[in-house]
Amino acid sequence: MRRIHPLQWLPSLLVLAAFILLWWLASHHQWVSKVFLPTPEATWFRLLEGVASGPLTEQTLQTVGRMVQGWLLACGVGVVLGAMIGISQNARAFLQPILEFIRPLPASAIIPLAISIFGLGPNMVLFVVAFGAMWPVLLATLHGFASLEPRLHEVSSALQLSAFDFVRKVVLPSAMPDVLAGMRLSMTVSLIIAVVGEMIASQPGLGQAILLAARSFRADELFAGIVLLGVIGFVANALLGAAENWLLRWQRT
Amino acid sequence: MARVNLKSLRGAVVPVVLLAVLEWYARGPGKNSDALAPPTEAAASLVGAVGDGSLLQASFFTLGSAAAGLAVGFVLGVLLGTWLGLSARAGRWGFLTVEVMRPIPSVALIPLAMLVYGFGVRMEASVVAFAVFWPMLVLAQAAARQVDLRLLEVADALRLSPAARLFKIVLPAMVPRLFVALRLGVAIALVVAVTVEIAANPHGLGYAIMLAQQSLDPALMLAWLFWIAVLGYAVNAGALWVQSRVARAMGASV
Repeated sequence: MRRIHPLQWLPSLLVLAAFILLWWLASHHQWVSKVFLPTPEATWFRLLEGVASGPLTEQTLQTVGRMVQGWLLACGVGVVLGAMIGISQNARAFLQPILEFIRPLPASAIIPLAISIFGLGPNMVLFVVAFGAMWPVLLATLHGFASLEPRLHEVSSALQLSAFDFVRKVVLPSAMPDVLAGMRLSMTVSLIIAVVGEMIASQPGLGQAILLAARSFRADELFAGIVLLGVIGFVANALLGAAENWLLRWQRT
Repeated sequence: MARVNLKSLRGAVVPVVLLAVLEWYARGPGKNSDALAPPTEAAASLVGAVGDGSLLQASFFTLGSAAAGLAVGFVLGVLLGTWLGLSARAGRWGFLTVEVMRPIPSVALIPLAMLVYGFGVRMEASVVAFAVFWPMLVLAQAAARQVDLRLLEVADALRLSPAARLFKIVLPAMVPRLFVALRLGVAIALVVAVTVEIAANPHGLGYAIMLAQQSLDPALMLAWLFWIAVLGYAVNAGALWVQSRVARAMGASV
């Protein structure tokens, strides 16, 4: 992404401000019913209050915790499983078709199965988050094995690298851009499924909070929750983007 | 030839073994499980769901809502994205608003959509449209930026009106990339539609599988799960096929 001169941020900021002004007008002049659309200042007030007095902060931390735990699990399992399958031609031939079949399955569709197995608890949510977020990482790792430069294979056998070292020193670094991109996608998936899981299993967190707010027609609380979820998504993406830049700095020579 | 056939069969080994193990487990040690059922019983449930029409009805609802939301999100996203991509100034000015709105997880809007529309098609389609809109906008913006400058010069030389410029020059030049975007949109739309049904909307495939779970009917639940997987695979494969057909028809210049 190109660096943007600070002055060029100004019009961009003004456009955003204009949209917020539009929101203000729409809510104050009742162009949209107050039941759906709170005023911006009510949302802001609710947000400040919720963060200051605790419940929103707590719910945010709970959702972030679920998301990060599931994501870490997904990354770990995805890379290890991907490496185990990818290292052997045979395993790839046997397992790739079924993986390709399961991949387009919406991760949320296994929630009912997970409920039957784990019950309506935090473990169920964690399992579904990890399951859903695993695919981008797993497939990126597999793709890394499949698209490995053939000469690297020859170099590693000439160096008599063990299978473990081959994966660690050759394949993973060369697959790193793909895997990192997969991890970023995984994070987005993790947040979505964590929220859905909280809604269904009534686990404490922002997902449950916004559902309850909507059911009791507290639009300002609902919007405060949506804003916080947007912030979580934004920050997670920005952090991973920065981590990606840093981890891949050796590639830009 | 025989060798090729044998190779292509290898992919079937694992599923068959898994199904056999599941069959054995669900008939033996896990007979009273609420989570697992023998695949043969699941198959019977699937046939039953086909027979009583619930399968067709649920699939129709889910696919219909996903398609409606996709259509809205795709058209709006492509139009706005094209504008932001063609005009460097618009792109710069809109940048922050797009970056602030884009990371909002689509499922966060489920409660809001519930509040506005109640349950039904419109609620589901609106969440799908929101989810599809942002990636389409970003991809269309990138596609519009990559339209050959000479084509735009031709449009200037011909003194085309802005509408003619858009519909005769810019959009045709973007077509292959737009179909790549559409394929992504199809995948997102289906996933979000099922998710909305599982989380809230009492219609369609997602609700059917939740209901099967809640009525402790693991065979039916696995049948729905299998059907959702098949449908997801088929829809994605279809979108991929269309995309590659279009890419070839357009000279595969992507």
